[in-house]
Parts: sequence; C-alpha cells; structure tokens
Amino acid sequence: MADEELSILHGRRRRKNAFFTALVVIPALIVLGLLAAIVIEVLVKGAGAFSASFFLEAQKPFGDPGGGIANGIIGTLMVLGIASLVSVPLSLAAALYLSERKGRALARLLRLVIDSLQGIPSIVIGVVMYAWIVIPMKSFSAFAGGIALSLIMIPTVTTTILEVLLLVPSSFREAAISLGAPHWRASLGIILPAAKTGILNGVGLGIARIAGETAPLLFTAFGNPFMNLNAGKPTSAIPLIIYDYIKSPYQDWHQKAWGAAFLLVLFVFLVNVLIGAGGKGKKGA
Amino acid sequence: MNDKRYFGILTGAAILFVALFAGLILTLVANSAATLGSSGLGFISGLEWNPVTLKFGAWPFIMGTLLTSFIALAISLPFSLATGILLGEYVRSSFVAKTANIFINLLASIPSVVYGLWGLTAVVPLVQKIETAAGVPAYGVGILSSSLVLAIMIIPFMSSMTREVLKNVPDSLRHGALALGATRREMVLGVSLPYVKSGIAAGVLLALGRALGETMAVTMLIGNATRLPSSLFSIGNTLASVIASQFNEAESDVHRSAMMELALILLLITFVINFAGRKIIEKSSGGRNGR
Repeated sequence: MADEELSILHGRRRRKNAFFTALVVIPALIVLGLLAAIVIEVLVKGAGAFSASFFLEAQKPFGDPGGGIANGIIGTLMVLGIASLVSVPLSLAAALYLSERKGRALARLLRLVIDSLQGIPSIVIGVVMYAWIVIPMKSFSAFAGGIALSLIMIPTVTTTILEVLLLVPSSFREAAISLGAPHWRASLGIILPAAKTGILNGVGLGIARIAGETAPLLFTAFGNPFMNLNAGKPTSAIPLIIYDYIKSPYQDWHQKAWGAAFLLVLFVFLVNVLIGAGGKGKKGA
Repeated sequence: MNDKRYFGILTGAAILFVALFAGLILTLVANSAATLGSSGLGFISGLEWNPVTLKFGAWPFIMGTLLTSFIALAISLPFSLATGILLGEYVRSSFVAKTANIFINLLASIPSVVYGLWGLTAVVPLVQKIETAAGVPAYGVGILSSSLVLAIMIIPFMSSMTREVLKNVPDSLRHGALALGATRREMVLGVSLPYVKSGIAAGVLLALGRALGETMAVTMLIGNATRLPSSLFSIGNTLASVIASQFNEAESDVHRSAMMELALILLLITFVINFAGRKIIEKSSGGRNGR
C-alpha cells in the first residue's frame, strides 16, 4: 500500500473516532446538565418554603396563614417505622435461609419470589393491601401503609443482606463449629455480627427506597390533614402532601409541595450518605 | 434454641413468603371475579371505560401504558448508552467519574412524585409551546409529557447498568485491541459492547419493567382521559394511573373489581418483562463463568 493511501485511511479512522467521541460525550453532558437542572430546581424552589412553621405546624385549610407539613413528617416516620419493624426480621430470616439452604427447591422458589416481588409495580401492592387490611379493618391506617411499604422494602433489604452474608468467609463458621458451637449459634453469634455493617446498609437502602413511595399509600395510609399518632387511623405522609398540594390551584400550596419535595430528597440523600459512610456504598435503589 | 428450631423458623419464614406471594396474585384474581366472569377477554379488548354505565374495557390503558413506556425507552436509550459508555470506558476512575456516579445514584433515588412535580413545572409548559406551534389543543399534559419525564426517570438506572456491565469487560481485551492499533471507537464498538450486549439487553428490559409500572409521575402528567390515545399529543391514561386516580373514588363494586383486573394485567405484563430480563442476566453470567 502506498503511503498516501495509508494516511488517507488513517485520517478517516481518526475522524470516525473523533465523531464517536462526540457522540458519547455530548449526550452524556446533556444528561448530566438536565439532571443537575432538576436537582437545582428542587433545591431552590424547596428551600424557599422552609420556615419554622413549615416543620412544626400541621396542614392548615387554604387561607389560614402559616401551616406546615408536620403531620406528614410524623406520618412518614410512622409508616417507615412500621415498615422497618416488619421487613427487617423477615428479610433477615429470608436472607439466612437463602444463604444456608441454597440449592434446595424451596430456596430456589424463595429467590424467585423475592426477585418477582422486586418487580411488582408498587401500586399493585397498594391495591392488594387495600383488600387485605383496609377492608377488614374498615379504615385506612398508618398500619396498612406501613405493611404495604414493607413488602416493597423486603426485596432490597433481603438481597443486600444476602450479598454480605455470602461475603463472610466460611472459615468463620468452620471455626465456630469446630469449637462445638451448634449451627444456629455460629449463624447468629458469629456470621451475623461479622456482617453487621452490611445489614445496616441494607436497612438504609430499603428505607431510602420506600421513603418517597406514594402510590401504595394512596389506598392504605390515605392521608389526613390533621396530626395523627394512632397507627389504626388514616395518616398523612410527605409524598401524599406533595401529590395533594400540587393538584390544588393555590400558589402557597404549590410552594409547600416544593418544600416537601426538597425535604424528601434531602432525607433520601442523607440516608445514602450515611450508608456510604458506614461502609462501601452500593448503587442506588 | 436448638438447630432444629432455628431451621424451623427460617423454613417457616421462607414458606410465609411463598404463601404471601401466591396470596397476592390470588387476591387480585378473586377480587376481579366480577369483571373477569362477565366480560372475560372482552375486558382486555374493550375500548370503552364508563363507570356510570358499568362498561369496562382496558384497551385504552394498555395502549397508554405500552406507548408511554416504549417512547420513553426509545428516547432514553441513546442518552443512557452514551452516559454509561462515557463513565465505563472514557473517564473511569477520575474525580469527574466519581462525582458523576454519586450524582446519578442520587437521581436514581429521587421519588417519582418529585419527578412528577418537576415535570408539571418544566416539561408541561414546553410541550404546550410545541402543541401551540403544531396547531393542536395545547393541553400540555399527555402522552408526550409523560414519556419525556419517564425517559428522564429511567436514564439514571439504565446508564448505571451500562456502566456496571462495562466493568466486567477484562482490561486485557481492551489493551489487546489498543495494542493492535485500534482506535477508541473501534475498541468500544468492536470489543467492549459485543462483550456486554446481553447485559445491556437485560438492563433495557428491567428499565422497561420499571417504566410500565411507574405510577405517580405519569398520573400527574398524562391528563387522565379514559379514551384511546390517537397521537403523541393526546391525553390518556396508563393501567397504573387509572388505578391511582379512580380507585378511591370507585362508585360501585364492579368498578373496583375492574380496577383489580387492571392491576392483575399490569402485574402479568411486568412479570413477563422482568422475568425475561433476569433470565438474560443469569444466562450471560453463567456462560461467562463456564468459559
């Protein structure tokens, strides 16, 4: 091949390469810019709504000055608490079963169930919990909301815990058993403590996953403009307030919706930071 | 406590999960009995949804769900691939890459209702302008707005999936390609992407599964009209958004039963998509270990 042909070929390949680089870099920059714009908009519009009464007062009817979303904050803490109380022990048991009984038919079935649960649209869970809990109790409740969220939280928590359980070296268990410890003691006394950070991370990821869930709460916790501390009664939550307020025609309520959105994003972000600080961060839910 | 009891408890929990899951599906079937029995398959193909005359057809919502999800997927695919390739192949361990990763993870965890809020203030006015220019009724909300926001919502997920699977490509392959004189482009297109193509396919399916079941943002942006969408600018509804907007206001048991059946249809669609996605992942990682 003559030198000129080679240099023409070289030039063409170089141009193709430069074109491809542009094809990768430009859309990626658009994406990052757009995502930054969203975060900044939530931050700027949301921070403007923050005030003492925003955090300390319950919702007020339109026209009354002041008012906040304290009932939603308390409600969110209630449903998150119930969801964690239910899902953490169940997820632990499921993850222990999967790690100690792998290969069994039931373990394979359980794995399939957990994976499928992960893919269920959250609104479907809300509908089923309406049939299971709201109808028999004859009332919407924080309890129903918490149970609905726990089902959404379980797959995240279980898979994270399972991952860390499998990372604990098998020599730990062997050492315990060689000293005469029964199997359960090796699991609960040696393996679980060794995997403690990972388990806490799993719980954190689970909470971050459900904190902003709205759809499953619509037919379970339902919402409540007043402060409510009774788990058996309809309860508000921050995401429910955002949804309600943005549908209203009032400027003041729109601003509060942005404030609530900012608070929610901030909460999820802080949980993620805590997880990162507690150990190696995992990719977001 | 002894080992027998310990394993008894664990097995009990495992059985509980399986029973719970079976119960979930059975509940949807049992509660949609009223419409399942009376209209059968006609429910799926029915075009009219009228709670007053008790006529329930799901086709407009099935179309709304598929339309918004596939348009969103088509929009987000090139952007997600570009972002994933940039972070997985070009700026892998630099400060920029780390910051971008944290940022993308943050966006993946922003709740759907917040994306809906953002869409109402940022995307809807933009779509309104386009609609005015195109000479169609300027609702702002509708199929297009929902698809755009859905696309933005799945970009963080799909780009981090792409980045993660690219991590599995052995560096020796990359170095080999570069040592043979390949350009960056030839290396990415000829070596890295073919190596991870099934992983990317799985990521696309899992992203689709998310888009199909996405509720709040779509409910806020689609206009909630119970008719078949005829164009990009139509207002409409998805399976999830009908349930979200009508379930609490259901006037009759038949109406509620119809929505239970919508939930069942939605569940089945997402099952198939997610199952396919997971199968691809299992197959590709299994094949690689066997190599």
